[in-house]
Amino acid sequence: MINLARRDIAHHLKSYLLTGLGLGLLIGVTLTMAGVYRGMVDDAKVLLHAVDADVWVVQQNTLGPFAEPSSVPDDLYRALLGLEGVAQTGNVAYLTMQVSHQGKSQRVMVAGFEPGKPGGPAFLVAGRPIARAHYEAVADAKTGFQVGDVVRIRRNDYTVVGLTRRMVSSGGDPMLFIPLKDAQEAQFLKDNDAIIEGRKRLAANPALNRPGQPGVLEAVQAIQASSHKVNAVLLRLQPGFDARALADTIARWQRYTAYTSDDMEEILVAKLIATAAKQISLFLIILAVVSAAIVAFIIYTMTLGKIKEIAVLKLIGTQNRTIAAMIMQEALGLGVIGFFVGKFAATLWAPAFPKYVLLETGDAARAFVLTLVVCALASLLAIRAALKIDPAEAIGG
Amino acid sequence: MKLSQRSLILAIGALAFLAAFVWLLATRGPLAPVGVETATVTRADLSPSVYGIGTVEAQHAYSVGPIQAGRVLRVWVDQGELVKAGQLLAEIDPVDLRQRAEAASSAAARARQAAQAAQAQVTEADSRARLAQANSERYQALYRQNFVAREMADSRRHEASAATAALAAARANASGALREIGRAEAELRGIDQLRQSLKLVSPIDGVVTAREAEPGATVVAGQAVLRLVDPARLWVRARVDQARAQGVQAGQAADIVLRSVPGASLPGKVVRIDLQSDAVTEERIINVAFDPAPAQLYPGELAEVTIQLPGVRDVLTVPRAALAQVSGEAGVWRVEAGRARFQPVQPGMQTAEQVQIVSGLAEGSSVIVYSAKQLDDGVRVREQRLTPR
Repeated sequence: MINLARRDIAHHLKSYLLTGLGLGLLIGVTLTMAGVYRGMVDDAKVLLHAVDADVWVVQQNTLGPFAEPSSVPDDLYRALLGLEGVAQTGNVAYLTMQVSHQGKSQRVMVAGFEPGKPGGPAFLVAGRPIARAHYEAVADAKTGFQVGDVVRIRRNDYTVVGLTRRMVSSGGDPMLFIPLKDAQEAQFLKDNDAIIEGRKRLAANPALNRPGQPGVLEAVQAIQASSHKVNAVLLRLQPGFDARALADTIARWQRYTAYTSDDMEEILVAKLIATAAKQISLFLIILAVVSAAIVAFIIYTMTLGKIKEIAVLKLIGTQNRTIAAMIMQEALGLGVIGFFVGKFAATLWAPAFPKYVLLETGDAARAFVLTLVVCALASLLAIRAALKIDPAEAIGG
Repeated sequence: MKLSQRSLILAIGALAFLAAFVWLLATRGPLAPVGVETATVTRADLSPSVYGIGTVEAQHAYSVGPIQAGRVLRVWVDQGELVKAGQLLAEIDPVDLRQRAEAASSAAARARQAAQAAQAQVTEADSRARLAQANSERYQALYRQNFVAREMADSRRHEASAATAALAAARANASGALREIGRAEAELRGIDQLRQSLKLVSPIDGVVTAREAEPGATVVAGQAVLRLVDPARLWVRARVDQARAQGVQAGQAADIVLRSVPGASLPGKVVRIDLQSDAVTEERIINVAFDPAPAQLYPGELAEVTIQLPGVRDVLTVPRAALAQVSGEAGVWRVEAGRARFQPVQPGMQTAEQVQIVSGLAEGSSVIVYSAKQLDDGVRVREQRLTPR
């Protein structure tokens, strides 16, 4: 039996390849969209993996530092360090803000951490870790900062000493790690005008600025200008201790909410990016359906374009099976070409996206199977049309 | 013939595409090994430093104010003026103090006169007593010779002893009047002292940093009217994280960078480490003096202090970025047969750039400094440049 498909493809090689290429780009877009969704989930996981905390202690009845504002005293760690099984604690403060670099404003999530304790960047791609207690920063490479750059946060200049990667907030803002005390100050510090106005307002308050009681006003002003709050306390446990049990103990006796890292992942993935993820997944479904429909139409119209040839084949007595095999093989061939071109294209352009795009191998395998199934189904439609062709059309028409 | 040439081109094209596909997957896709940069363990000298921020402050600050409530009458100096020890700085309104002094002065004079009167009374009583005594003796002699009745003689004797008692009373009165003089004079002196204390004088040779009350203002006891510092004794009161403050000692050299002159560092010296640390902020307070002091300093200015600690010579070091922590254990990542392996080490002294390796690594061995992803044990890695230089 001769292979009609090979000959037909060889005959229309250019148009066949171009069709495959077009299909491929469409599949590439679909794969990329899946990658965008996977990337969002992965960003959250990478952040948690880098922080590497077993338990997150946050303000009572809040969803942690990322999903909800949370504020706990910065000396809470002393009480937590005394609990059995706690090996290490780390105070962290997170705030999203604009920092300016060379006159340009850049949106970042500032993460304050204590060097050597949980909460810092896990790896660097350039520079060095933070060594001084103040005014040094490690930036995510996505910020575009270089080692040695000076960025301004509120009223202080910070030197970028190191670069890391893949550290972004759930909103996609790249992170900037700075020492905790600086972050606390940045979180709390108002601009100078506001501070002076606040002082005047306090001084005008007769309850605080009573004649004959010097010093009260200064004391109140000093209290207002300092912050002893952090957003969360991270705990690392000694080997063999159960994070769930400790979190329950903290929630019950310390009156704070405590999450294990699994809870935190649940919050980050299921709650924080839920709407965005739904949005993307719906779009992904539509894109997949549209792609499948386009593939089916292309194969169908490709077959219909060959009506005359098929009629001739029928006229010279070609078996239906042979014709069906030709159509099926051509369709599957298009699918294979399309998939590889799509995977190629998606891999090529994925790094150019501003947010991380994760192309999972499993997704690719699923996409491959799906493509072949869609192609096979579409070819069935075309085969049905082809078999209905009257051989007489070869002579007439 | 034509067909075979075409299929050759097709085959080559397909092969090229496949090769490009595989290359792309292997270098950029999820299957690609993690790119890393390595460095070798080298011997070097380390000179660590400790960093803290603080404010320029006076070692001693003086606030000059009245010892009791009053109204400010005059302030003679203004902020920034140099003053000498003992110089009059401000005066508090004495209100009725002058009148009270006059009253006290009259009271003293009156006491002196009262004393004179008491002295005169003593003289009179003395004279009376002597006369009464002579009369009594005379009547006693006459009674013994039976010239007068016994009743007469007894009466004279009584007069004599009454006069003696009157003399004692007058003497006591006179001595009381003398003490009254002392009291009135002391009161006068006290008022004078009070008047002196209303003049606020400088306790030191220094400079005025604040003028906190103006003439007419009412101040309470202890409230500052003027604040002074000794400009020769300004230092930086720096706060250093307790976790990093180990090894800091008085006498160590330090660099001070003032916020107003961010580019230049001034030489300084650790003078004193406060015994009492700040328990809330968990910082040790280290006082660093300028050495030598610059011509003009502004108290309250923010300053960064870098204290040089004694270093170590010729030790094994790796870059700071190479030091990692895996489940609470310090170590470094190494490349073994194309895979990352964690090697626990004992780190020692750290500087900003380098860390001493006490044990766990040999000189010349290579460690991973930078990686494109977080490393896990057994992950495939490949050396490559991660950032364009």
